[in-house]
Amino acid sequence: MENKNKVLLKVENAGVSINDKSLVKGVSFEIKQGEIVTLIGPNGSGKSTTAKIALGIYKKIDGKVKKYTDKIGYVPQKISIDWTLPIRVLDFMTLTEELTQDQINIALNLTGVEHLKNKSLSNLSGGEFQRVLIARAISKKPELLVLDEPVQGVDFKGEIALYELIKQISEKMKCGILLISHDLHVVMSATDFVLCLNGHVCCSGAPHKVVKDSKYKELFGDRASNILSLYEHKHDHTHSQDGTIDQK
Amino acid sequence: MLNDFFIRALLAGIGIALITGPIGCFVIWRRLSFFAGTLAHSALLGVTMALVFELNIAFSVFLISAVLAIFLLQLQTKTNLPNDALLGLLAHSSLAIGLVIIGFLTTIRFDVMGLLFGDILAVSQSDLLLIWGGGVFILIILKIIWKPLFASTINYDLAKAEGMNPDRYNAIFTILMAAIIAISIKIVGLLLITGMLIIPAALARNISNNPLQMVILSTIGGLLSILIGLFSSLEFNTASGPSIITAALILFCFSLLKFKKYSELKK
Repeated sequence: MENKNKVLLKVENAGVSINDKSLVKGVSFEIKQGEIVTLIGPNGSGKSTTAKIALGIYKKIDGKVKKYTDKIGYVPQKISIDWTLPIRVLDFMTLTEELTQDQINIALNLTGVEHLKNKSLSNLSGGEFQRVLIARAISKKPELLVLDEPVQGVDFKGEIALYELIKQISEKMKCGILLISHDLHVVMSATDFVLCLNGHVCCSGAPHKVVKDSKYKELFGDRASNILSLYEHKHDHTHSQDGTIDQK
Repeated sequence: MLNDFFIRALLAGIGIALITGPIGCFVIWRRLSFFAGTLAHSALLGVTMALVFELNIAFSVFLISAVLAIFLLQLQTKTNLPNDALLGLLAHSSLAIGLVIIGFLTTIRFDVMGLLFGDILAVSQSDLLLIWGGGVFILIILKIIWKPLFASTINYDLAKAEGMNPDRYNAIFTILMAAIIAISIKIVGLLLITGMLIIPAALARNISNNPLQMVILSTIGGLLSILIGLFSSLEFNTASGPSIITAALILFCFSLLKFKKYSELKK
């Protein structure tokens, strides 16, 4: 149904190495308007790296990334605000885009942190800060949103509400979303396309197909497959401790 | 009581405070104080080069600082040494080379003390023109690049992802720092120019809660330091640079007091 929509981002066989050590390689996917693409995988599997490749943060990459939009909102996995820099939520909201007070208020309201507008960023709790980060990314009405574990540290109730919000944004604003998440329930229920990473793409496709994939089960364990259904299949490779692949 | 030279020194000082206020904030935010110090140390080499090749002093200092900054970037890619070690290496070797060359310049009379600590007697009409002309230029550039530079200061990845090109603005900022050192060594002196960049910004940090406020307070702090410093330099016949920096330090101590009271009130 989304096929007629504009392609926002195309990643072709991309990878990146630092000091000759490959962080991630051979990643291909595309994001269209109104589509949510999710990256899953264990720690250190190259999820954030893949997002950074897609955003053009690395100077040298293998493969190709084509961006068809400049209106990008990014929620990084880690961001530390130096205490030497006095900055309020209000100042942070207009970091990369000029916004009116109304636009700022609306965005902060959507993520439930309007009351923190005049607070110093360094005084926020982890969850509050994540909500501000999300508000900032959506306030500029981006065409492409890249969310790297956007709800880390957010309370249980807030987490559900924020994922609901993300889903709404993709539908209403026709915004393409690249999401990194550990919450497999969310991933499988709200996503259009899943890439399962472990230094390379282990498997990819629509959620109901991915959960049936042997490699998915191998990475996340049998219980993860129960999220949708349980299937038996044979494995064509295993992963050694350092993430390299042993063919069977 | 006010002589021509003193009016010129005041005007020069005010010009410098207006530039070091905002630039100093970025120096603190970006943790570049050691880098600024390195550039300032290399200014001595710049001055001796100017004497040897009969160049304009400010131009020569600017050139050497810029070369040093590029050299540093090269070194960073070639070795695994930490940044502070590289900066120390460059700062002291350029200072040493500058002093060695001065030793050879026996025919030229040369006021090393004035160069190191500033000399308000030495400010000429053309210096004033340079400070104000260069200062306005630096501030206009800073105003233009403010947003992307600020975003890059907060977070490199975020700025880059959202199309800000942080590398370009980091480079422009380095050039601005070299320029500000070049135009202000004469009045503050090369050993103390870093103090003029850092101390007013540091005192502003103690009493501000947003970036713009910090820039304004830093500029005011710088202006007060210049005024108090220059008047006491005239009164007590002390070198202008150390007097200005001492005044800045006293103001900084006051900002600590005020900060304490302020936070007590908040509790």
